[in-house]
Amino acid sequence: MKKLLLGNAAVARGAYEAGVGVVSSYPGTPSTEITEEMAKYEGMHVEWAPNEKVAAEVAIGASIRGARAMSCMKHVGLNVMADPIFTVSYIGATGGLVFCVADDPGMHSSQNEQDSRHYAKAAKIPMLEPSDSAECKEFTKAAFRLSEEYDTPVFIRLSTRVSHSQSLVELADPEEVTLKPYEKNIPKHVMMPAMAKGRHVVVEARTEKLRALAETDAFNKVENNGSRVGVITSGVAYQYAKEALGDTVNYLKLGMVYPLPEKLILDFAKDLDTLWCIEELDPIFEEHIRALGVTVKGKEHFTLLGEYSQNMIREVVAGEKTPFVTSEKELPGRPPVMCAGCPHRGTFYVLKKLGVTVSGDIGCYTLGAVAPLGAVDTTICMGASVSAAHGMSRAGGEETNRKLVSVIGDSTFIHSGITGLIDIVYNKGNNTVIILDNSITGMTGHQDNPTTGKTIRGEATKQVNLVDLCHAVGVDRVRVEDPFDLKGFEKAVKEELAADEPSVIIAQRPCALLKTVKYSGHCVVDADACRGCKMCMKLGCPAIMFRDGKAVIDHTQCNGCGLCTSVCAFGAIRKEEK
Amino acid sequence: MQKNIMIVGVGGQGTLLASRILGNLLTSRGYDVKVSEVHGMSQRGGSVVTYVKYGDKIYSPIIDKGEADIILAFERLEALRALPYLKKGGTLIVNDRATLPMPVITGAATYPEGIIDELAKHADLRALDALAIAEEVGNAKAVNVVLIGVLAASTDIPKEEWVETIRATVPPKFLAINLAAFERGYTL
Repeated sequence: MKKLLLGNAAVARGAYEAGVGVVSSYPGTPSTEITEEMAKYEGMHVEWAPNEKVAAEVAIGASIRGARAMSCMKHVGLNVMADPIFTVSYIGATGGLVFCVADDPGMHSSQNEQDSRHYAKAAKIPMLEPSDSAECKEFTKAAFRLSEEYDTPVFIRLSTRVSHSQSLVELADPEEVTLKPYEKNIPKHVMMPAMAKGRHVVVEARTEKLRALAETDAFNKVENNGSRVGVITSGVAYQYAKEALGDTVNYLKLGMVYPLPEKLILDFAKDLDTLWCIEELDPIFEEHIRALGVTVKGKEHFTLLGEYSQNMIREVVAGEKTPFVTSEKELPGRPPVMCAGCPHRGTFYVLKKLGVTVSGDIGCYTLGAVAPLGAVDTTICMGASVSAAHGMSRAGGEETNRKLVSVIGDSTFIHSGITGLIDIVYNKGNNTVIILDNSITGMTGHQDNPTTGKTIRGEATKQVNLVDLCHAVGVDRVRVEDPFDLKGFEKAVKEELAADEPSVIIAQRPCALLKTVKYSGHCVVDADACRGCKMCMKLGCPAIMFRDGKAVIDHTQCNGCGLCTSVCAFGAIRKEEK
Repeated sequence: MQKNIMIVGVGGQGTLLASRILGNLLTSRGYDVKVSEVHGMSQRGGSVVTYVKYGDKIYSPIIDKGEADIILAFERLEALRALPYLKKGGTLIVNDRATLPMPVITGAATYPEGIIDELAKHADLRALDALAIAEEVGNAKAVNVVLIGVLAASTDIPKEEWVETIRATVPPKFLAINLAAFERGYTL
């Protein structure tokens, strides 16, 4: 049976058909749906881990104990899990061990545009790259087999367009996979220098065996269309190239992007007049091809930035421009905004009003940097809001510290904010950290986490108590506040900034998109009472507009959260029940 | 044969249901189909774009400038933003409604006037107030299925197949309203 599946869902299907036993991941666009889809299957353990490093280690442990195991992450999540990855390359895999990483060329939902293929080479781990959903499923199954056959972890590399496009997939029944017996094997599983030296030899030999495999047509396919022009490509770039150039050129489609098949590349290139390398992000194939002494055209004609497309390839390679119409009107952009009813709006309104420096983090609340709130000063990576604020305080001294807060979501705090908080306490800092506790992992589309009290399968579990946790690491000043109580919240921030010890404010209000959140009615502006002062506009609510000198509320967007009623000094906004 | 349909709107408008209905319908007709969506940050009130492509064999999951046979726009400004993607002589179905983006709300930019006239210069245009129709039917959220109805009427795919797909795709609780919304769009 053929089914239209998201690339991510097809990876999950592949892992299911391969009999995966344990899957542990941390959410991150564009990888999140792999693990969400995985949890729709029965018969294996699936979990959200607190962060990617933990997730990878869970998968590694499961593999050592003999189960097929997988961990999925976005590209920046791979940085977090890099430590165990480089070493498990030496340990290898008992049960098939697959790490599925999704890159985000074009940065649809990311803070950088890194190319994960570098990790394959650096950690000496083979990497497969599917180009559509059917390959997502097949390559995932193959990755488990390859992992066991070659005693190696295997990467699957996806990109946003492969992860988030649906195409047809032929479904099959799951394989019967049994747990392998546990064997104590100190030289292979205990990576201390004496053992690791021995294992490094094995890793280098393994890479050469894998390169020999890459020379065959197991993953790398040549399409000879009798042309004197050839294209070496992989992943979604292959699909763009096929759409742009059809059968007018020859293709070497790389399904295994590390290690690269050197003989195959030389053989493919030898009868060509022109060889193109078409790869998004970094010139990894291109540099390798050039190092083989082959002349190749690539990045100097394309770009290191963002995504490729069929038009771009058609223009560069075939010199054909696709005509299109343009409007001369100037179009305002439409950047993402915090939703109507978002609990973070109250927090940022207060922080902006107080004029404090805000050390920000990764999540929906990064949108607190967008006009008109413009409250966030820095965003680096998961957890950095807390530790970077400590650094700012240590550099700038007391004057900086009295006007500086960190903001971090509940899930992000558990991910890697808690370690920064321990650093502050241990090293005698006195920063103020605001945990934006909206009861869910928001930006990636509502995943449960250790603070929500539910597992990925929706089962009740122990819930991390953030107040107790902060107390336990040595923060004595911990208070829970409602960010929609603007006056109370402002008072809390002022008091904690004035305190001579570290403090945590837990800004607690659930995400407005949660089904359990029931705001009712909507807000309306009394045009006679409105003085046009624009105070309500400072909230940056997408439902509030300004027309003919008065505020107007769009009832199709307003969800009746009522925050705006408390900022109007003239009582011009009131809530109307349905 | 290859057809490219682009669905554009504002995050939260229900464009994903529209692409799911299309994807399911086209798959059941035996075409090769690719549907490409955007998830994550841009969904939070930003511009959202979905590509639906079908035919004998589909390679690229995205639609590039000058390639869309049909654009289904849930909002006026987003229709104009997507205009360069329309093929010469292509069809543009637009919900004639404005959702103001934040730069317009804050006064940093102005919402363009005369969008519909501009679109009509370049496209085979069908403009309608899908929100008014959806509200008449009983649920403002049914805008997406009203627009699907208009789209359906412009294709040669039999109406029964659309209805069957909607039945199979939307939750039973909302089926009656969605079928009514589809009917209004189809017969417009």
